[in-house]
Amino acid sequence: MPTFQVNVTIENKPGISDPEGDTILRDLVLKGGHGSVSGVGTAKMLRFTIEQEDAEAAKLAVQAICDELRIYNPLVSKVTVSTATGPDQI
Amino acid sequence: MRVGIIVFPGSNCDRDMFHVLGDVFSMDPTYVWHEDELPDGLDALVLPGGFSYGDRLRAGAIAARSPVMRGVKEMADGGAPILGVCNGFQILAEAGILPGVLLKNESLGFMCGWTELIVENNATPFTRMFRRGARIPIPIANGEGRYHADGKDLARLERNGQVVFRYAQDVNGSSAGIAGVCNEAGNVVGMMPHPERAAEPDLNPHAARTSLIFESLLQGAGAIH
Repeated sequence: MPTFQVNVTIENKPGISDPEGDTILRDLVLKGGHGSVSGVGTAKMLRFTIEQEDAEAAKLAVQAICDELRIYNPLVSKVTVSTATGPDQI
Repeated sequence: MRVGIIVFPGSNCDRDMFHVLGDVFSMDPTYVWHEDELPDGLDALVLPGGFSYGDRLRAGAIAARSPVMRGVKEMADGGAPILGVCNGFQILAEAGILPGVLLKNESLGFMCGWTELIVENNATPFTRMFRRGARIPIPIANGEGRYHADGKDLARLERNGQVVFRYAQDVNGSSAGIAGVCNEAGNVVGMMPHPERAAEPDLNPHAARTSLIFESLLQGAGAIH
């Protein structure tokens, strides 16, 4: 069975403050003269390595694990699951 | 009064709690390792502070799925007094036994110092000896102590009287200044500050009755009046 890498990105839901992103924006990006930037958000990324039939199955399996084990806290976070590499590319 | 102190990998306030419960208040504390079943005959539980699993993933998230938490949930549902302090509060919230979530402090820094709490609910097993509105000095020590509940949940907590402690001043950006909450039944209380660090005269230079948190538990058990 092929092996896939699946990225899980955990970030705050809209409305939940992100003081780290705000500080990066205010004190690094804007002070660095990049006035076209209006927002920076931080996130945590986990990379799962998993055997599945295909990429879609790998994504679904990882999403199910995230939901079952509360990898993210649904009260304040949202999660995005995406396939990082195809089969046999790790 | 037999009190179980749940020990997770990375708990570091378990021994302080054992000392306070046993030596200061003459309870009968016993450690319970997180992979074990709860022993029979426990009257109450404490989930102490620390850094279970090094706060990996996020504070309390991994410990919340420890085997012992099934028993903790059963005791919570059965009405037993349960206190979660700091990381213990984070674990109870992540386990869904207490409402809300603890986020990184607004400053993103670790906070360590004395703060002042207002007792908002004096009907819990840990606050029954306070008058409502009492102010108590207490140490705080955390990096992820910013309590968050969104508008509707927050309104429900306030309406139900589930806000147990509020900071007298904003210290970390917590929703409505919340420092501690209880479940709907009121028997499970979680708080970010550390009552075990202010329960003895030698440790509390403010001469205030922060120790009433533990004396309340004893009074509820009929051990003191």
